[in-house]
Amino acid sequence: MKKLLLILPLLACVIAIQVVCSSTDTLYYLTQMTMSAYYSLLIIGLCVLMGYAGQISLGHAGFFAIGGYISAGLTTHSLIPFKDNALVQFLDSSGLLLAGQTLYGEELLVVSPGLACAVAIIAAAVIAVFIGIPVLKLKGHYLAMATLGFGIIIYRVVLAVEYFGEADGISEVPAFPLFAGLSVSGSFGDRVSNYYIAWGILLLGLILLLNLIDSRVGRGLRGIHGSEEAADAMGVHTARFKLQTFVLSAVFAAVAGVFLTHYNGGIGPSEAGVMKSVRYVAIVAVGGMANLWGALLMGVVLNFLSLRGVFGSYDDAVFGLILIVIMLFAPNGILSISFRHRLMQLFGKGKQKRDGEA
Amino acid sequence: MLKIRNLASGYGKIKVLKNISMHVDAGEIVTIIGANGAGKTTLLSTIAGLVKATSGEASFKETNILKCKAATIPGLGCVMVPEGRQVFATMSVEENMLLGGHPVQKQGKAVINELLEHQYELFPILRDRKDQLAGTLSGGEQQMLAMGRALMSKPSLVMMDEPSTGLAPLIVKEIFQIIVRLRDEGNTVLLVEQNAKAALGIADRGYVLETGKIIVQGPAEDLLENKDVQRAYLGREK
Repeated sequence: MKKLLLILPLLACVIAIQVVCSSTDTLYYLTQMTMSAYYSLLIIGLCVLMGYAGQISLGHAGFFAIGGYISAGLTTHSLIPFKDNALVQFLDSSGLLLAGQTLYGEELLVVSPGLACAVAIIAAAVIAVFIGIPVLKLKGHYLAMATLGFGIIIYRVVLAVEYFGEADGISEVPAFPLFAGLSVSGSFGDRVSNYYIAWGILLLGLILLLNLIDSRVGRGLRGIHGSEEAADAMGVHTARFKLQTFVLSAVFAAVAGVFLTHYNGGIGPSEAGVMKSVRYVAIVAVGGMANLWGALLMGVVLNFLSLRGVFGSYDDAVFGLILIVIMLFAPNGILSISFRHRLMQLFGKGKQKRDGEA
Repeated sequence: MLKIRNLASGYGKIKVLKNISMHVDAGEIVTIIGANGAGKTTLLSTIAGLVKATSGEASFKETNILKCKAATIPGLGCVMVPEGRQVFATMSVEENMLLGGHPVQKQGKAVINELLEHQYELFPILRDRKDQLAGTLSGGEQQMLAMGRALMSKPSLVMMDEPSTGLAPLIVKEIFQIIVRLRDEGNTVLLVEQNAKAALGIADRGYVLETGKIIVQGPAEDLLENKDVQRAYLGREK
């Protein structure tokens, strides 16, 4: 419970940022903050998988892309050619399809964003189960290689399949109306409300994960991280726990993909790229592996800086450098650095205490 | 309580156990002694489901445990204290204990707290160290933690794999006294040991394992007197 109280200052920060941006007429910062929030949703999910359960995944951009692409595909590709199909007619009569017009005035019939979102998330979960069952039997480098392979497959698939727009990706993805007039879209009028939608989802995800890691399940996961055999001998169903966590983090990634795609109004193959997956892993490491708050903080800050273009063309290079520096100087993550300790070291008083550094 | 018949087991092509038959009755301490490589740890790991048996039968309270997954066996009441402690080093002492209580956690907080209290009474040092990381404990304390952690699941049979490894004689004595106390409280203990003299000193019955076969068995006093056992394991050449 005490951990959950930390949500309140975070909520205050979120509101403060919006108020400051609104009053100083710098609302454009909110756009990047919104996108960062969605990326951070993926990152905190990955943090639980990597830091707590101890299972690395170099394929999470793949799950993000599965969510985004399926949602984008279903809400943009017209079903008019299939309108005699029984399934299409059933969906239409259930009100799950939307009629509209293309730019050229042609008739358009697409899946509603709500259904598309559900399909995308379920698809990601199902794929995660089928990938997870064989792959999670592997450990360490082998698991990294296998998930990397999965990520590459997804990347090549979205590049090759016409339905997913090949190298162009999918654009003109419609807004995603939620409830009470709120809708996920990139229009300027919705900028503030979208900022709160994104952060609301992120905070909900955070609360869910904080509860999870503090529970029986969380202890089981950390036991698996320590020693799978010993955890098994203690009665922890290691295979099931690992799979459930893998699927949970895949669902987090897919949710992030769906919402960010509707917010951006499109998705391109770069979102499925291997470098994206590496970046997510790097951010979790920078945040301190088993530290949800560190992952959240770094997820927001680094993605924000990257989206603002602060790192320029050296974007990926900067992430590589950050990874090396953090591994060398703060292997337990950025939040583990004790500034007081560092200061004392700098002024030559704390040298003997070096061993006390955790 | 535990009945094993003609059990064979091993790792891949390597056959370690050949036709092991043994049993453990409720309320006794049974010890398995033998030299390095005799198959003691393999036997315990097979019972715990961590190593798959190739043939034979093993039942625990009428349940065929050879068909169970490793993780379901503690829930049946048969739990192992692994060799070399295997505490979760990055978790606190209390978190280790709670993880041991994993199978009974669904019975509610009250049950868990009561079990926790009981273990702290048995191992007072663990209460003093409860917020400390398990990896920072001494060897003896880690052994106590491993035992307390196993007892958290309210087992009816505790299997201990070489609890005396790497511990000072005084600590070994303390650990063995606790094992006796566990039996006196109504628990059943299956103790695997290299320290044959100490193990036979507290056990009710014993089995002597050599290259995967049981060569001698009987009441602990008889085994202590047995010439072969003395020569091979107690270091008394006559």
